[in-house]
Parts: sequence; structure tokens; C-alpha cells
Amino acid sequence: MACHLLLTDFTLPLKSPKLSHSRQQRKGRSNGSRKVSTTVAYYGLKTPPYNLDGLEPYMSKRALEVHWGVRHRGFVEDLNRQLRKSDILYGYTMDELVKTTFNNGNPLPEFNNVAEAWNHDFFWESMQPGGGDMPKLGLLGQIEKDFGSFTNFREKFVETALSLFGSGWVWLVLKRQDKRLAVVKTSNSINPIVWEGIPILNLDMWEHAYYLDYKNDKAKYVSMFMNHLVSWNAATVRLACAEAFVNLGEPKILIA
Amino acid sequence: MALRSLATRKTLTLGLNSTRLTQSRALQTFSLPDLPYDYGALEPAISGEIMQLHHQKHHQTYITNYNKALEQLHEAIQKGDFSTVAKLQSAIKFNGGGHINHSIFWQNIAPIREEGGEPPKGSLGWAIDTNFGSLESLIQKINAEGAALQGSGWVWLGLDKELKKLVIETTANQDPLVTKGAHLVPLLGIDVWEHAYYLQYKNVRPDYLKNIWKVINWKYANGVYEKESA
Repeated sequence: MACHLLLTDFTLPLKSPKLSHSRQQRKGRSNGSRKVSTTVAYYGLKTPPYNLDGLEPYMSKRALEVHWGVRHRGFVEDLNRQLRKSDILYGYTMDELVKTTFNNGNPLPEFNNVAEAWNHDFFWESMQPGGGDMPKLGLLGQIEKDFGSFTNFREKFVETALSLFGSGWVWLVLKRQDKRLAVVKTSNSINPIVWEGIPILNLDMWEHAYYLDYKNDKAKYVSMFMNHLVSWNAATVRLACAEAFVNLGEPKILIA
Repeated sequence: MALRSLATRKTLTLGLNSTRLTQSRALQTFSLPDLPYDYGALEPAISGEIMQLHHQKHHQTYITNYNKALEQLHEAIQKGDFSTVAKLQSAIKFNGGGHINHSIFWQNIAPIREEGGEPPKGSLGWAIDTNFGSLESLIQKINAEGAALQGSGWVWLGLDKELKKLVIETTANQDPLVTKGAHLVPLLGIDVWEHAYYLQYKNVRPDYLKNIWKVINWKYANGVYEKESA
């Protein structure tokens, strides 16, 4: 979704993948001949919209250095390496690539890398320093409409996160057909956009996401996320964008 | 006719109630098995911190939740609540599997001074050479499978009792090896859930897989192999 670009800090220079690729090419050819590459890798690693220590003490700088700096970076680099070999997948947006490589449940080798890159981009932007608290206005209204109350929603979110078996993610998603918000859990790297859901928030429930800070105490991690990290600002923007695609309310028909 | 069946049903329920009490007393609860070595005894291959968390927290949680699920299953069966019986199956597979798999795992590893890491002798060593060419080749294959496993799961060296050969298999989450084939017997399982290595190896699962062979207890695996292939 283009919407999550709004929160990216563009003042930080993005390392151009094309440059680093051609630098690699030059290194490998010492005999003078330079082969021109036909496919160019073009996904870059987006930096989170805060410093790596910005989520302390609820998510440590160390955790982000490993989770974002190594693991997320690894997905982007591996994806670029795969795309270099593929003519068919060249030119896709990340959303399109996720849906195409999901291949209706029989995922292609690129799926894991692109989906995890997508999921993590979305995750960093689902959090902010000084997050937590409660949503306001329209988003709160929609949550109350679809869950009964914010407390009900929070309970459902926490329960879903803690009942996930194995690795996966928990999402607040807008369901297009049902025209309502829902909490869903997905396994490994699956993302609700593959079934046309519109994600509003996500939470990484893979063990690597919380192990360095919380060891096996999943409940504390989820609680800290809800209390101090979740960015309702990001969620509000995403819901606003989603309303361009999903008609949530009854149209206001003025009666003269 | 209806009255009689009503009366019979009543006595039946009463009967069941009294047997339910005895049955729940007889309901088996599981408890955490002790490790035959100290938490720090597998250093530096696996850190003491990981061993302690893995045993005291993760394995214990599987046991606690397994016991709980079994109790709920027992109640649901008694009440004839078959939708709950069906709903509980995934919790039983997950937590029961977690208990089974980890109980095997603790015996699959041993401190170096207790012959952890010593290559397999006896019939298993011979079978490995026959099936895979060499121990190195086996290790390479297992490590490749373990590294490629996405998400959480286990990588196994198993014996196919029917085909009488060794196999390498992976299972997702806490699925026991038998879910991949009724004739499969686990000889060696390596936990590739992140909790098994993250604190020490971070994302580098291949390093964990490379190092764990220094503490693999081939004596145990050989014992199971000889017993099951008899």
C-alpha cells in the first residue's frame, strides 16, 4: 500500500541497490571486460521512522539492530538476489509481488523473502516512540462498532497473539467483503493482502521478535506493545486510505 | 417405555458420575523430566542460559498446557460435547507434540565428557554409511534441511520400520515425526525453533546446526535404532 510510505523518513539517504550491484560487478572483473547486467535489483531496506533506540525500553536498540539491521536486511538482499535471476517478476510493486508469488497457497521461492520484507516494513511503521494509549475519532468509532468496545478489541488481539502456534503474525485488518475490522493470525510469513484484506496494524509473533528483550514471556511483550508501542496514528492513516477502497459507512443523504 | 428409558438414563448418569471421579483420579498428568546433565554442561555448543529457559520454561509450558488440554478433553468426552473434543485436537497435538519432542531432544544431546559428539559406532554407524555414504554427508543433509525449514519446527533422523531404512524428515511446529509416516521412529531430532538458539546464535541458524553435532548423543540414537530394527 502506498499509504505506508507517508511515514517514511526520507531525510535518511536510502542506499541505492543499483549502485552497490554495479560496484560488485566491477570488483569481480579484473581482466577489464565488464558484463552489463540485464536485471537490476531495486528493493531497498527502508529505515524505521525512529532511531533504533527510539522504542526503548519496550523494544531495545539491540533487538532492533538484529531484527531490522540483520534479519529484515537479509530478506531484502535475498529477494534482490532472487529477482536478479527472474525476468517475469521484474517490475512488480511489492504488493503485487507478494500476491503473485503467494500463488494461491502454493508459494514460489520468492514469497518468503518478499512477504517478510513487506511484513517488517509494515511492522516498524505500526510502532512509534510514545505509542500505545487509545485510538481516537473515526478509528475508535469503527473499532467500537466492529468489536463492541476498545477493551473487547484489545482482549481479542492479545488472545489471538498468544494462541498462535509456532511462528507468525497477528493483524488488525479491514475485510473488504465484510466491510469491517477483524483480528486475524497468520502463520510464518503469510500476509492478509493475499486474500484482499487491508492491513491496519501487525505484530510480529515470531520468537526472534521478542526473545532478546522478553525471553519466553510472550504475554509481557504483547502487553508492552499494546501499552507503549502501537502507533494508532499509523493505523488511522491506513484506515483513511483504506476507505478509498471500502465503503464503511452509510452514505450521508441530506434530507432537505 | 419412555419412563423406563428415563430411569435407566438417570442411573447411567449416576454411574458415570462415580466412575468419572475415579477416572479423573486415574487421568495421567505429565511432569517435566529431569535433565541427566547440568544446564551449562553443553557449552559452548549450547549456552546454559538457553538450556535453562528451554527446559524450565518452554518444555514446562508444553507440559502444563498438555495436561490442561487432556483434562478439558476428558470433561468434554464425559459431557458428550463433541465440538469441544474436535476443537481441542490442535492444542493436544501442539502441546503433546512439544512434550514428546523435547523429551527425545534432551536425550539426543549430551556433554562432551559423556561422549557427546562421539561418532556413532555399532549398527547405526554402519546404517548411516549405507544410507548416506558417510556421517559427514548425513550431517550436511540434515543441516541443509534444518536451515531451509521456514518458521518453527524440527529436523529428524528417523528409521522407517517398514522400508527398513534411515530417513531425514522435517516437521512443522511441534508435530511429532509420526505425523510424517506411521512407520517412522525418531532416532535424532534437532529443535530449530528460534528459542533453541536465538539468544546465542541470533539469526544464524546454520551456525547452531554446525555446532550442535559436537554434543549429539549417538549412543542414545544407536540404542533406539538397535531396538527398533531388531
